[in-house]
Amino acid sequence: MRGMLVGAMLLAGLVAFPIWAQAADEPFLITLATRAVILALAAVGLNLALGQGGLVSLGHAAFFGIGGYAMGILASHAQSYAPLMEWPFVIEGTRSMPVIWLVAVLASALAALGIGALSLRTTGVYFIMITLAFGQMLYYFAISWTAYGGEDGLSIYVRNGFPGLNTLVPIEFYGLCLVILLVVLAFHAALIRSPFGLALNAARQSPERVRTVGIDTRRLQLAAFVLSGAITGLAGALFADLNRFVSPSMLSWQMSGEIMIFVILGGAGRLFGPVAGAIMFVALEHLLGGVSDYWHVFLGILLLLVVLFVRGGVIGLLAGARR
Amino acid sequence: MPPALIAEQILNGLQFGVMLFLMAAGLTLIFGVMGLINLAHGSLYMVGAFAAAAVAGATGSFLLALIAAMTAAALAGALMEMVVIRRLYARDHLDQVLATFALILVFSEGTRWLFGSFPLHLDIPAALKGPVTLPGGIEYPRYRLALIGIGLTVAGGLGLLITRTRLGIRIRAGENDREMIAALGVDISRLYTIVFALGAGLAGLAGALVGAIQSVQVGMGEPVLILAFVVIVIGGIGSIRGALVGAILVGLTDTLGGIFLPEFFRLFLDPATAANLGASLASMAIYILMAAVLIRRPTGLFGARA
Repeated sequence: MRGMLVGAMLLAGLVAFPIWAQAADEPFLITLATRAVILALAAVGLNLALGQGGLVSLGHAAFFGIGGYAMGILASHAQSYAPLMEWPFVIEGTRSMPVIWLVAVLASALAALGIGALSLRTTGVYFIMITLAFGQMLYYFAISWTAYGGEDGLSIYVRNGFPGLNTLVPIEFYGLCLVILLVVLAFHAALIRSPFGLALNAARQSPERVRTVGIDTRRLQLAAFVLSGAITGLAGALFADLNRFVSPSMLSWQMSGEIMIFVILGGAGRLFGPVAGAIMFVALEHLLGGVSDYWHVFLGILLLLVVLFVRGGVIGLLAGARR
Repeated sequence: MPPALIAEQILNGLQFGVMLFLMAAGLTLIFGVMGLINLAHGSLYMVGAFAAAAVAGATGSFLLALIAAMTAAALAGALMEMVVIRRLYARDHLDQVLATFALILVFSEGTRWLFGSFPLHLDIPAALKGPVTLPGGIEYPRYRLALIGIGLTVAGGLGLLITRTRLGIRIRAGENDREMIAALGVDISRLYTIVFALGAGLAGLAGALVGAIQSVQVGMGEPVLILAFVVIVIGGIGSIRGALVGAILVGLTDTLGGIFLPEFFRLFLDPATAANLGASLASMAIYILMAAVLIRRPTGLFGARA
């Protein structure tokens, strides 16, 4: 109950903050808030696999980056009027966000299906390392793939469009991202309560029992992993659109580590945990980054303290132990 | 392709492999004995390289630099173990990943704070400069050959340590049943600190040795760390022999893939496409190797437990 209250306060803050920033004429703060919302979305995706499914994936940057490259590739082809492929049929690039999102979600879901099917053959520490390795594989592929910028990445000049909105206005793009986050959170909440979500949670706590009643835990976990990858991929497309830039760094393992930090800082397995974690991270980055160039030292120490002494993350601290 | 070039590439792969082994041996020991996955192992590699560069700059002696690298890394490792790592043994892998990720942030930025963002320079000792002519007329850098020798010597020494000494017996006993050896009167927390410092010292040595042929900079440890993870996953986590085999496999695959894959594609593609495709595939080759090994054997080549 208190968890829901904390969540409601977070959402109220996400609505109120940009309105205040708009009134105070601080467009930079709105961009900062957009960054937090998009990273929160990526973390909500990981939370599905990690918090609900217990799948410690250290390779989610792969899906984040695939989403980003889906945006970069489609938009750069639209920009240069060169079709993606001409044979056997012509595929043009696009500047339309809904189409880009669809491609990002499908591409990252497909990648998650492949990576998940192979990685779920292993468990425990092997799973962590094999997901890390798949992430690195895509990272090095992106670096050596010179057709789309290689190491330098890929810039687009204008943010892609959404029907009825001017996405170049910070607050309109922010609103769009926030609505997506809310829709995904609602989906996540419904999923946890569905038979699928309950079985997934049970499979994390006691896989033998779930198998005994005749449920294939690996298929269950694979489905969760694919959904999780697709959500993170969508976040990647938005993130690339926010920066109008995509580069291999979106695929780097530090990115995977950061997405995982959002989830744990906020509280794994909690609906609003990743949202709280991402907001805290972006706020800290902004505040500490202003104080010292070496703010990662403080972030590291803070993270250590949270892992060692605060079980359940920030939401756990505010809302008490998980049921 | 001339055979001398192929031989040279095989030696390069071997050299890369034995240096990876120095990293992987520590990681796999720490995982085998304490059940801990340590992402901050790359930071210890970096600490070794920086200590070596600082001492070599001050004294001009490469040998002193190597000793300093091992000592600094082992001390940093022991400190890390006593302050942070010790609290993580009973935790799940997720907490270990995060806490050691946090340690990377602290170590990397801390080093940047102390030494600045510019790479330091560590020079190859004069006695090991220049090429040496091998049987068959192959010219090969003396220093790289020395690296292979040092790596294999350390591997042999580590094997003896594990199989022949009292410490080695305790380490192996610790892998099998930590409660039992604690009950038999072995100070288990001291054993853990020693194992951690030993692994850290090896990482520091690798950092200093490789630092002399690459540049010494913040963030140098992480790419090697991930390769070392690939090595121990291929070899089987906890197995020193697996780490050696895995390291040499990874070293050879990475080096030879970079040379032969573009050549291979040139047989049936135009040169530009072949070079591009070959380079892309070569950069992924070791990960493909790892995936293939894990699909065949989910616990690695020499691994017993999951």
